[in-house]
Amino acid sequence: MALSGMRGLSVFISEIRNCQNKEQERLRVDKELGNIRTRFKNEKGLTPYDKKKYVWKMLYIFMLGYDVDFGHMEAVSLISAPKYPEKQVGYLVTSCLLNENHDFLRLAINTVRNDIIGRNETFQCLALTLVGNIGGREFAESLAPDVQKLLISSSCRPLVRKKAALCLLRLFRKNPDVVNVDGWSDRMTQLLDERNLGVLTSSMSLFVALVSNNHEAYWSCLPKCVKVLERLARNHDVPQEYTYYGIPSPWLQVKTMRALQYFPTVEDPNTRRSLFEVLQRVLMGTDVVKNVNKNNASHAVLFEALALVMHLDAEKEMMSQCVALLGKFIAVREPNIRYLGLENMTRMLMVTDVQDIIKRHQAQIITSLKDPDISIRRRALDLLYGMCDVSNAKDIVEELLQYLGTADFTMREELALKAAILAEKFAPDLSWYVDVILQLIDKAGDFVSDDIWFRVVQFVTNNEDLQPYAALKAREYLDKPAIHETMVKVSAYLLGEYSHLLARRPGCTPKEIFGIIHEKLPTVSTPTISILLSTYAKILMHSQPPDPELQNQIWAIFSKYESCIDAEIQQRAVEYLTLSRKGAALMDILAEMPKFPERESSLIKKAEDTEADTAELSAIKLRAQQQASTALVVTDQRPANESPQVSQLAMVKIPSMNNMENNSVDQELTQANGILGEVEPQPPTHAPDADILGDLLSPLAIEGPPGVSAKSEHNIVSGIEGPLSEDDALALAPVGEQDNVVKPIGDVAERFHALCLKDSGVLYEDPYVQIGIKAEWRAHQGSFVLFLGNKTTSSLVSVQAVILPPSHLKLVLSSVPEIIPPRAQVQCPLEVENIRPSRDVAVLDFSYKFGTNMVNNKLRLPAVLNKFFQPTPVSAEEFFPQWRLLAGPPLKLQEVVRGVRPMSLGEMANLLNSLRLVVCPGLDPNASNLVATTTFYSESTRALLCLVRIETDPADRSQLRMTVASRDPTLTFELKEFIKEHLVSIPTASRPPPQPQIAASDPGALLAGLL
Amino acid sequence: IHFVLLISRQGKVRLTKWYSPYSQKERSKVIRELSGMILTRGPKLCNFVEWRGFKVVYKRYASLYFCMCINQEDNELEILEIIHHYVEILDRYFGSAYYILDEVLIAGELQESSKKTVARLVAPQDSLVEAAKEEANSISNIIAQATK
Repeated sequence: MALSGMRGLSVFISEIRNCQNKEQERLRVDKELGNIRTRFKNEKGLTPYDKKKYVWKMLYIFMLGYDVDFGHMEAVSLISAPKYPEKQVGYLVTSCLLNENHDFLRLAINTVRNDIIGRNETFQCLALTLVGNIGGREFAESLAPDVQKLLISSSCRPLVRKKAALCLLRLFRKNPDVVNVDGWSDRMTQLLDERNLGVLTSSMSLFVALVSNNHEAYWSCLPKCVKVLERLARNHDVPQEYTYYGIPSPWLQVKTMRALQYFPTVEDPNTRRSLFEVLQRVLMGTDVVKNVNKNNASHAVLFEALALVMHLDAEKEMMSQCVALLGKFIAVREPNIRYLGLENMTRMLMVTDVQDIIKRHQAQIITSLKDPDISIRRRALDLLYGMCDVSNAKDIVEELLQYLGTADFTMREELALKAAILAEKFAPDLSWYVDVILQLIDKAGDFVSDDIWFRVVQFVTNNEDLQPYAALKAREYLDKPAIHETMVKVSAYLLGEYSHLLARRPGCTPKEIFGIIHEKLPTVSTPTISILLSTYAKILMHSQPPDPELQNQIWAIFSKYESCIDAEIQQRAVEYLTLSRKGAALMDILAEMPKFPERESSLIKKAEDTEADTAELSAIKLRAQQQASTALVVTDQRPANESPQVSQLAMVKIPSMNNMENNSVDQELTQANGILGEVEPQPPTHAPDADILGDLLSPLAIEGPPGVSAKSEHNIVSGIEGPLSEDDALALAPVGEQDNVVKPIGDVAERFHALCLKDSGVLYEDPYVQIGIKAEWRAHQGSFVLFLGNKTTSSLVSVQAVILPPSHLKLVLSSVPEIIPPRAQVQCPLEVENIRPSRDVAVLDFSYKFGTNMVNNKLRLPAVLNKFFQPTPVSAEEFFPQWRLLAGPPLKLQEVVRGVRPMSLGEMANLLNSLRLVVCPGLDPNASNLVATTTFYSESTRALLCLVRIETDPADRSQLRMTVASRDPTLTFELKEFIKEHLVSIPTASRPPPQPQIAASDPGALLAGLL
Repeated sequence: IHFVLLISRQGKVRLTKWYSPYSQKERSKVIRELSGMILTRGPKLCNFVEWRGFKVVYKRYASLYFCMCINQEDNELEILEIIHHYVEILDRYFGSAYYILDEVLIAGELQESSKKTVARLVAPQDSLVEAAKEEANSISNIIAQATK
């Protein structure tokens, strides 16, 4: 009986195996599926055994990648079979065919629970495996406590307990809100003492998840982790069967080191010492050996150790050791190690002070750019991009350009974009920049987006010195036999504007220029023809004295296009023809383009949006994150009468420029009686006051040595970006603390973050002083009380508290007594008024003298943006009209945020609520989206309703799309950035260094440094 | 680990296991995309492929490709050795690939790193499954054949 069943299955399998092609296989599968379907329909007479047989077949078919959309019920029902064989098949097939969202799973919950709490160990294992692989919310709700019990039960065998650990891990990861882990730190401490390595490995996985969610609760486990590492890596205290190619459980080592990376630091000096001892051993004791598997395993441990060392910000000596190791790796033959070497070097860039050492490996990295493996080439490109600065930009960009010629197509666009960005950011001189971009267009025209050549035109227009050079270069490229259409565009544009500057050079008379450009006309597309027509008109204007022959030629072309089917071309032809017959008027209307207003590069924004397959931690993303404020193209408000279709890039888009010319033409035509020539073309669309980032962004790349300005702005901006990230706050400390002998108790930054979300608490504490804070908020006003407490038995003297207010806050601090008596507390009221929306933070400069020590601290005051929010739930009737009314930038801004800290939707809602943004459930039909509202108060804006929508991607928690709307553009922008700061976690090791030397006399500079 | 995929050199799927929910449509898309990317890679390249913001660690054994999809920041070499670990266990014991995989990985995390223990655990499961065993073997034979 059993044999026949087996035969059925194996005959089927061998038939499938013998299929000659995919089509045959599909036919055979369809036939079998039909067969199973009919058998299942006539359920009568189907023994559990038959059921099992068919379910096996279904599994096999499913395994081949076919959709099996029926029979799920049968599979699930087998779970409740009393006999092991059926039950096993039921569990196995269910966990393969169904996923956590499947309705049928509900039917099985009871059986699964009975198996878990039952006495039969084998059944327990089956049930735990199923839950561990596909457990969803309902499983978590009804099973988590039972699974927890199994894990810590002393009567269970290891094989059950390790499954229970992973099962719990799954449930917790999927639904952290459902699984209650309060008080688990003690149990975890015990579990980490486990001797059985199978259970310990599973428990460590669980621990990684718990600690990543909330490290605070698990400080007590930290020494245990170090113990585990010592046991494995130092003492080799492991049963033989748990060594893998001679290495004591590499997986457990890796997991343990991963867990340690979730603690911000290791404080206890003894633990720290032991840990570094182990790490040192790993770093130094890993050799490259012949056996691939041994090599991989030992290097898995090594790379994790590197990551941990970077995280712990070890001493400089150890860091340079790491870089040296990485330098060795990127030169080895083994591709995996090479790949990982490059990847980790890119991460290493974020660590301070090692950039110079990394630069020593530049030649080797460039070699990797030519590696046969695209994965490695990508890493090399990312690393080169990340390590580029003013000093090596020329070399790197030229390498990229050279490589562009041979790079494969999948990489060219990214390569072109990166080369363009680097050239713009770090150009030692502008003519070099022009060279690079023109080469870029020449070599990879297809991959050079319009943004890139628009940007060159901007630069050239704004830099008179550059114009003859650019025109000459453009002229040279036109001599090449086959040039890319983008090159035609940019050359035609540049020559139209500036060819008269070349007049005395050979081959550069207006006639010759016209000739060579016109040669290209038959080969180009319609939009380019429009540009060419403008160029002709400009050439015509510049040919002084007029050349009748040239004039006739050009007029003939205009006349020809007067009947063109394309409206844009037709209009241009008509207008240019009429204008050029007007003589003098032409001169004014077609005068040189005015300078473009300075603006931030849209390229960087583009870099931010580049495809998702750039590494999460790759330099480009980190840069984009740090620079998000600059990357966002400054929104320009334009006068109401502007033509609405002029886009943000209006100033460079040729058609819209023409639009502007048309405007002036229209004006001229309407003023028919004679003030001809008086009307100057106005620079379009830019209202200077609308520049919301104002003075911050003004030293931008267009003028001055771009490298330097880009850099300084980078620093400022990254400083502002993360006032809420921990390390940034640590950056605060050195300014005030360099000479201080007094160390604060607790983490000043964390205290500040906590106070951002609540209204009273301790702002600062050291052995002598405690500063508490209590605040009340009414609309745009707030009042703080500072509680300055003397903890000692002697007086504190020379007490001083000064507020360094940001420009958007009015702060009045009542007088602070110079002496605080022993064990006394003084209260100092502080009044706050919010003038306008801003994320800048006020700073309290607090100092006192204890004994001979002068103690000084700069403390950020939690008078942050969300304090001026009033949670305002909004109904659908109110919400949607508002939402529609606020259409598009600058009132409504949207951004895709990447690198979001992983959190469940519930956690995110909590976060928003704690920021006083009230989440309005039910407004968005999509369950993975959140809508939140609040009212913002400031003196200038009064009460303004803010609307926020966050769209998350259940498949990828690390990114989301956020839309923020309000009636005030500044508020919209600030709020968007503010929320983003709270959502994004910037890796702690990656913060830029604090700027240490700041003239203490300049409060403004101090403030900039602090924020 | 988000999923495990075994593909033959001809692009036929031999085993799939998904630890995150994917719809059937997504699954076949994933399989198509990945087999296109991985099968075309030459033998001397590294074992990692970057794909849709994830990394796929793969290794070829005879004509079978073992692929595991992980997060960017996960430890790649660790995963590579999980693959090898799994293959060694398969080698040691020609049982059903599926429930061995269940003994090695749960919830996309490594469960047991001792080969002996896995083999020890799988064996009694089999003795319990006298009847089912033959079917199981027929599946494992396929894998064995493919692995040769």
